[in-house]
Amino acid sequence: MDLFIQLTLTGLTNGAILALAALGFVLIYKSSDVINFAQGEFLLIGAYVLFAMLVQFHLHWTIGLILTLVVAVGVGVAVERLVLRPLIGEPIISVIMATIGLSSLLRAIVSTIWGNQPRAFPPFIPSKPVHILGATVGADRLWAIAIAVVMLFLFNLFFTRSKEGIAMRAVADDQQAAMSMGISVKHIFAWAWSIAAATAAIGGALVANIVGVGPELAGFGLRVFPVVILGGLDSIPGAIVGGLIIGLLEAYVGGYLGMGLNQVISFIVLIIILMVRPYGLFGQEIIERV
Amino acid sequence: MVSGIFHTSYESDMALRRTPAQKIRIALFILFILVFPFFADKYTLTLANQVAIATIGAIGINILTGYTGQISLGQGGFMAVGAYAAGLMTVRMGLPWWASIVIASFVTAAVGAVFGIPSLRLKGLYLAIATLAAQEIILWVVTHWKALTGGVEALVVPDPMLFGIRINSDFNFYWLAWALAGITALLTINLFRTHYGRAFIAIRDQDIAAEVMGIDLFRYKLLAFAISSFYVGLAGSLIAQYRSIVTWERFTIDVSVLYLAMIIIGGLGSVSGSLFGAAFMTLLPAFLTNAGRALRGVIPSITAIMPFIQQATFGLVIILFLILEPEGIKKLWEDTKDYFRLWPFSY
Repeated sequence: MDLFIQLTLTGLTNGAILALAALGFVLIYKSSDVINFAQGEFLLIGAYVLFAMLVQFHLHWTIGLILTLVVAVGVGVAVERLVLRPLIGEPIISVIMATIGLSSLLRAIVSTIWGNQPRAFPPFIPSKPVHILGATVGADRLWAIAIAVVMLFLFNLFFTRSKEGIAMRAVADDQQAAMSMGISVKHIFAWAWSIAAATAAIGGALVANIVGVGPELAGFGLRVFPVVILGGLDSIPGAIVGGLIIGLLEAYVGGYLGMGLNQVISFIVLIIILMVRPYGLFGQEIIERV
Repeated sequence: MVSGIFHTSYESDMALRRTPAQKIRIALFILFILVFPFFADKYTLTLANQVAIATIGAIGINILTGYTGQISLGQGGFMAVGAYAAGLMTVRMGLPWWASIVIASFVTAAVGAVFGIPSLRLKGLYLAIATLAAQEIILWVVTHWKALTGGVEALVVPDPMLFGIRINSDFNFYWLAWALAGITALLTINLFRTHYGRAFIAIRDQDIAAEVMGIDLFRYKLLAFAISSFYVGLAGSLIAQYRSIVTWERFTIDVSVLYLAMIIIGGLGSVSGSLFGAAFMTLLPAFLTNAGRALRGVIPSITAIMPFIQQATFGLVIILFLILEPEGIKKLWEDTKDYFRLWPFSY
């Protein structure tokens, strides 16, 4: 039973971080139909920039976090403006390859600045062990879940209350109609990319706080795919639910079955979902069939 | 005065080599390939062999992605199947290398066809994600099925023998690799003059229209996956024979991406484009390494960051080609030819 609770907590934490990464991914796909293979690199950048703020510039973590978000937004806007905008209307393979190329470029830039060695991260969130229902878990993991929940709540507010959020949903629904209502689609794309980069940066900071910073953080980029396919590529609640399900699944499979099966189980689920229900749990049922 | 190439008969339209200039160029190219190894040093020969193997793999993925329009991120996995199948058949079953290469290619074709089944329901980015999952699953099986593959341990393959000659040097392997690359190119060019190839192109251009015209999508898509994987498996098994060692690190998702990048940069849906892309993407890192070595005196820290420079260049080249010349090197080459053909009125 202890093991079960332990695994559940681990799974929920990983799931919450996956959900944060998936959220940005879904946001980009929803507003601009772009599959972002560089989502993992956004996590990487967030983690390393915060690392630099805290360790190299000795800033307080609140200022550091704010500056990190500013940098992330800048990267997001630059990526949209320089790479994705010239490719509007190009075939899907071009867009996929462009984001793959981007991921390679961003990873190389990060490695050039900060090197390739994993490094310890100065814990800005308390990590002392907490006992819940007989299981022991680091407080930082609980914080990660809490922050993820708060972020998701803020997202919800953003999409239902703010002008930009509503405009973004309008663009996602129908670009032409949104344009004729006076919404600047280009601005919305820039918004989507910068928000995606910012949420990923927060996700990256949370992971870094738990396991330290290193190039392998970019691996989250591929782990996002099962999450978004399970939840539905264009569904924000789907990203959250999908993230938690995949997180829990990986934790249980890793804990009870072992054999490294947790690394591949989510991809098996992905194939099954694609074959049975390609639009996922909450996605819109407008997938092209042949 | 020529203003372009215009075919006036079906024979000239269907011909393999359409113009006299093309015949001369191909003759010169073949001559170059035949003479090259006698003048090249070991390092250049290694690169040439890598280009040959990469060309076979790139033609394979171009059949699927460039000609049939099915995006696949699983080529690294398929290549692993080819390499391990060839390696294991030589080592465990003692088959001669040529038999193991042929069987391994067929095994890969079968595996490719199985993972092609999702393509019947999915297309575009959904298919890309499905093949990405295939890549991860195949690689997981390779690293965890220890009884068969030896897991993460390297598999050592003996040198191939041909006509009593041990093919262990770059010079000997050169002939094998380029002969196979030539055969692959010729077969592929001819494939797209048959009704199978035309059906593939029809599926790429408009799948529903293709089905209306009587093309069985189920059959032809699986066939495209199988033929493509056959060549990818051939490239994989050649890697096994050439390196004499098979490890899973050679077949990660990065390899799938590399081969996709080759055909994007070379030119989608073109055999010569596959060759251009394979040569470009193989020679670029080598060129960067040498440039870095030359600059070591000027910038001492360059050796340390060389891997990152290569990675950044890789990403940058893909992005720049997509934005500036989406049709790849093949288009640049054709523009150049057109320029001289229409000279002095080229504009």
